[in-house]
This record gives sequence, C-alpha cells and structure tokens, in this order.
Amino acid sequence: MALLQIAEPGETQAPHQHRLAAGIDLGTTNSLVAVVRSGEARTLGDNHAQHLLPSVVAYTDSGIIVGDEALQQQIVDPHNTIASIKRLMGRGSEDLRLLGDELPYRFAASDSVVPRIHTRRGNVTPVEVSAEILRVLQQRAEETLGGALSGVVVTVPAYFDDAQRQATKDAAGLAGLNVFRLLNEPTAAAIAYGLDKSADGIHAIYDLGGGTFDISILHLNKGVFEVMATGGDTALGGDDFDHLIAQWIITQAGISKPDAALQRQLLQTARAAKERLTQQQSTDISLDNIGWQGELDREGFNQLVDPLIRKTIIACRRALRDAGLTTDEIEDVVMVGGSTRVPRVRELVGEFFGREPLVDIDPDRVVAIGAAVQADILAGNKPDEEILLLDVTPLSLGIETMGGLVETIIPRNTTIPVARAQEFTTFKDGQSAMAVHVVQGERDLVADCRSLARFELRGIPPMVAGAARIRVTFQVDADGLLGVEAEELTQHVKASIEVKPSYGLSDNEITEMLRASMEHAEDDVKFRQLREQQVEAERVIEALTAALAKDGDQLLNDEERRLIEAALQQLRQNARGDDAAAIEDSIKLLEQSCDFYVERRMNSSIHDAMAGHNIHEFETPEK
Amino acid sequence: MAITLTTAAAERVNSFLANRGKGLGVRLGVKTSGCSGMAYVMEFVDEANDDDVVYEDHGVKVIIDKKSLIYLEGTELDFGKEGLNEGFKFNNPNAKNECGCGESFTI
Repeated sequence: MALLQIAEPGETQAPHQHRLAAGIDLGTTNSLVAVVRSGEARTLGDNHAQHLLPSVVAYTDSGIIVGDEALQQQIVDPHNTIASIKRLMGRGSEDLRLLGDELPYRFAASDSVVPRIHTRRGNVTPVEVSAEILRVLQQRAEETLGGALSGVVVTVPAYFDDAQRQATKDAAGLAGLNVFRLLNEPTAAAIAYGLDKSADGIHAIYDLGGGTFDISILHLNKGVFEVMATGGDTALGGDDFDHLIAQWIITQAGISKPDAALQRQLLQTARAAKERLTQQQSTDISLDNIGWQGELDREGFNQLVDPLIRKTIIACRRALRDAGLTTDEIEDVVMVGGSTRVPRVRELVGEFFGREPLVDIDPDRVVAIGAAVQADILAGNKPDEEILLLDVTPLSLGIETMGGLVETIIPRNTTIPVARAQEFTTFKDGQSAMAVHVVQGERDLVADCRSLARFELRGIPPMVAGAARIRVTFQVDADGLLGVEAEELTQHVKASIEVKPSYGLSDNEITEMLRASMEHAEDDVKFRQLREQQVEAERVIEALTAALAKDGDQLLNDEERRLIEAALQQLRQNARGDDAAAIEDSIKLLEQSCDFYVERRMNSSIHDAMAGHNIHEFETPEK
Repeated sequence: MAITLTTAAAERVNSFLANRGKGLGVRLGVKTSGCSGMAYVMEFVDEANDDDVVYEDHGVKVIIDKKSLIYLEGTELDFGKEGLNEGFKFNNPNAKNECGCGESFTI
C-alpha cells in the first residue's frame, strides 16, 4: 500500500492530490534537493545515502553522467567533463574573457551571445548543462516522494542579475520542472533557521563553500528579506585550505616537484586531514608511497589558514560598511557552506560579530532545506502560512530619457512582484516612434548604469511635441524577471519586451554600483542639471528653427530676424558647453528676444483661423 | 481490540513530533473520498476532541474519532521503506480492497 506522511491538523489531502514540492540548491560545487515530509524538511540522498550531488556533468560516448561518477571522469577527460557551470550561467561569450579563469573547455565558435561548450556529444550551453544536474535531483525527489513534483524552488546567489536568474529558470524549465520561484541563497538559509518568523532585524549570512565565499547582510522587515549588502570572493573556499595543507606537506616531506598524480593524492590527504581536525586536536598524516609521516595539530592548521579566514572577515567588514552598520546591529549570524565546519572559521566569525554563529543545521544542507520549506508553502501544503516570502529589487530599474538621463520607474529595494507605470511624451513634432531603453542602476546618467534592453514603440500618430501620451509599464515577477511594455494611449499601439539581457554583472558589481552612486551623487546631480538644460535648449532651438522656417520671412524684418538669430546662436554655443547656468540664462534671453515674435505668430494664427482655417494647422509650439 | 504501532512507526512519530516542537500525538482516521471508498487520514494533533478515543502504544498517543474507529479497529501502524521512499502503512484487518496505489480502501 501507499506510504503515508503525517499532515498538519485538518490538512489531509484527498488521495492522489498531494502537491509534491522540493527545494533545490543548485550549487557551484555541489547540488542538493530537499523536501518537507511530515512537517520536517530534509535533504534527500541517492541509493548510497549520498546527499551532495557534485555539480559535474560528463559527456561520454555511452551517455551523460552527473555527479560522483562524472567527477571521476574529470581527471581522464577534462574537455568533456563540465564542472562549476554555475559560473557561466547567464554570461555572454563576451563575459568569458572577463571571467579570466583558464577554463579547460573548448568553446564552440558561434555568433550567438550565449557561449557553447564543445563536447563529444555536441555543443552544449550552460543552461543545458545545469538542466542535466536538475534532472538527476528531480528524479531523486520523485523516486523518494513516489510521485511527480508539482513545483520546485531553486536557489540562486543574492548577487545574481536578471540574466543569471533567467538562465537558472530556463535550466529548470528545460529539465521539465515547474519553478514556483527562485530564492536567494542567504534568504533560504535564514528561512531554514526560521528567522523569517522572528522579529524584524538584521542578519548576516556567512557562506564559505568549496570554492566561493559570500557574505550577505539581510534585513527582515515585516516578513520580507531585503538584501542590504553582499560581498565575497569568487575564488576563496575550502579548496584553498586543502592547497595550503598540501603545500605544507610538500615542504615538510621535502618533495621537490610533485607530478599530477601525487598532487591529487596530496590534496586528498590534505582534505582528509582538514576534516579530521574538525573533531581532533591533532592528526597523523602519512604518505606511504613516498615513505613520509608527519603530524599536524590544530594550532598549526589554524596558522596555515588564518590569512584566508582573515580575508573573509575583511569582506564582512566591507559589507557591513556598505550597509552602513556596525556589528552590534546584527541579530544573528548564519553559517552556510561545508567550510564553516572548520572550528577556526567559527571562532573568528564569532569573534568578529561578537556572537555565537548559528551552526545547528548542516551547513551543506541549510540552503536546500530553506528552499524546501518555501516550496512546501508555495505548493499550498500550508494554507495557514500567511507570510508569502517576498524579495526586493536589488537595483533600480528605469528608462533612458532625452539627454541620456535615467528616469527611475521601480526604485531599488521595492518588494516584488511589482508593476509600476509612468507616462512619457514625444520630443519632436510628428514623432512617430519612441526608443525605450531599459536600464538598471542607481546613477543619473545612462552611461553609468547597466543597459538591460532596448525596443521601439512605432506607429505613434503624428502630433506636436509633448502631446502624445505614452505609458511605460514595468513589471517584475516573483523571480525578479522584468517585463516592459510601452503603450500609446490614443491609438493603443503597444510594444513590449521580456528582459533577458545577454551578459551579467560580476559578483560584487551590485555593491560597487551602489557605492559608486553614493560617491558620485554630487557629480550626478550636476550632470543631470546640465543635461536637463541641454535638452531644454535643444527643444527650444528645434521649435524656434521650425517656426522661423515657416513664417519668419513674413513676420520679421531683417533687423528683428538678426537679433533673434544672434540669441539663437548664443544658445547653440552655450548648449555645447558644460555650464548649466549659462545655458539656462541663454534660454531665458532667447525667449525674451522672441516674445514679440511669438505674439505675432499667435495673432497671425488667429487671423488665419478667422479666415476659415482650422486652428490645429497653426498650433504654436509652446515656448 | 486496539490500535497499535510497530517500534519503527512509534520512533518516527516521536521524532516528527519532537521536530515539530508541539503536539499531543498523531491522529489516525478515515474520510470518504478517493478512488476506492475510504482514504486514510494521518495528522498531528494539537488538541483532542470530546468524541476522540486515545490509545497509547510505545509511548505514542494515537488519537482517533469514534466513527473512524469502526473502520480502523485492530489496525497496526507501521513505518517502512520502498526504495528511496519511506512512510507510514496502515495494516488494517478491516480493509477488503485497496485501490491500485493503496491510498484508499473499502471494507
């Protein structure tokens, strides 16, 4: 008979109606899947009770292998074995050069913006590689739960941008998974500890994995986690601890130049020693094949790794400074990632924040567990759970207006999902199209923000400048993905775009963008003032030139025309300069010298109108 | 006759209760629905009702309403594994037929 689980009071579901849901931690080094059963969130193991699935995919002649077996392939067939694919998610071919890593893969030449890795089984994209990992986890969950998953929550780093999030979602879709939502990894860890149910406060999530370090400062505000600051190092983790121990052995044993095989053995030995030192005060290390034996005690180990841990502490300090906080404002410190098992890490982190870090939940599994809790709620298995956890936009979203200025539509830290609309108008008479340039960032100038997408609204009916009404709507869904729509309100012509930008931000860029916006606040304001005046000048010049061409000869005598042309010339010249005040003055001057002309034009229009013409044909541009 | 638990089932119920942090015990019951008559109910209990019957076996309180008891009298609750899946089983002497998946039954 079927195997039953215990439900919350009154929530037994009808047979065959269970909504099975899982949380997936799609990691750089390892991935995990977790589910909530009988009120308990647990990660799931494979047939050998292995919970961690190495995020490695091997493309072999006989098929696609994922996990431990693929890891074995890495040594013999590095070109066809793909590891750490997460680093390439949502990155464009352009970004690969910036990543700088000596990636061992052969990239297929293509004009596509998405990089393709050449393997024995054809060219694959990062999305496809990730989908293979997700498929294995999905299968594991479905076998364990005894049914198909109705949906999953997949975690992503807090600093992942729209492109990286979309790529992650695409990978899940490719694997046939329904994504309830993406969840920030630090938020998932906080949920696993139930911090979302605690009072409002600020929490630090310290995540030291195998190859990466992330620190996130989260602010819980009315049940919503806001990311206040992130920081870290994409090339610092437990693997570096292993390298240091291996180096120590090399020195101690007097090994001159280890070959690849010995190097691997040294790393394995180092790793084992590191793990033993978590429990023991000292450990014997022996390399039988070269006849060496030694002893490493915790004190010695600490001395080796201290500089690395100090680096993480510096990143923590920086993140706090970015968030404008001191350590005593931090409520809880959550430890995530296998390397936080190292006692010295806990000690130094505890010392820095001045409190005992939370370590009760297995740091390898805590993110997946939080995701599972969230998935269970989203699947509708906990109807009385009133808090639907929300996220916020990490950076402001807006569009480019005249003069290369940014008009923010959705400010940063707005809780999502959200939709905001704003009306814009045309700049020139008879303008029939409008370019919508979607940007992300905190700066006032488009050039300093990140370009997300561009599209054009065409078919605007001919109208004088400023008469058209174009509503631009920004919509961010629960996964932080952006849709932008522009609609002309009289004829209802529409154009829209889903933002899937071709390249991403590097890890610390969000933090840097925020910092830059603070540092350049004053410059930005000045620039904005200048650009606004320049745009205004351009508009005035445009309108006046059009008017002069139309009726200047009839309404002005040579002397008057010369005066106006001179003022116009003065404005043109000042508009090219960088003195906002001077431009403003010349605009005023020009307007003054044109007063009588404007008046004559008005009279002339009225006169003409009385002569049986339609007034609209003579509508005077506003000054 | 009574409702009993195997040691494995009792251990799991206790550990789930401990994990949940509250609850008197576990409710067993039946409800009408499903593809073959009745379906089993298994829920945590925070508060027992007046018409509930409470059994205790292996230190676990089993709470059951009188109507369900008619269908479940003599049932042994077991905990087992099938491949990667694991969960509770009702060894119900009253059940005559089960639907293919065993989620519902008739007597």
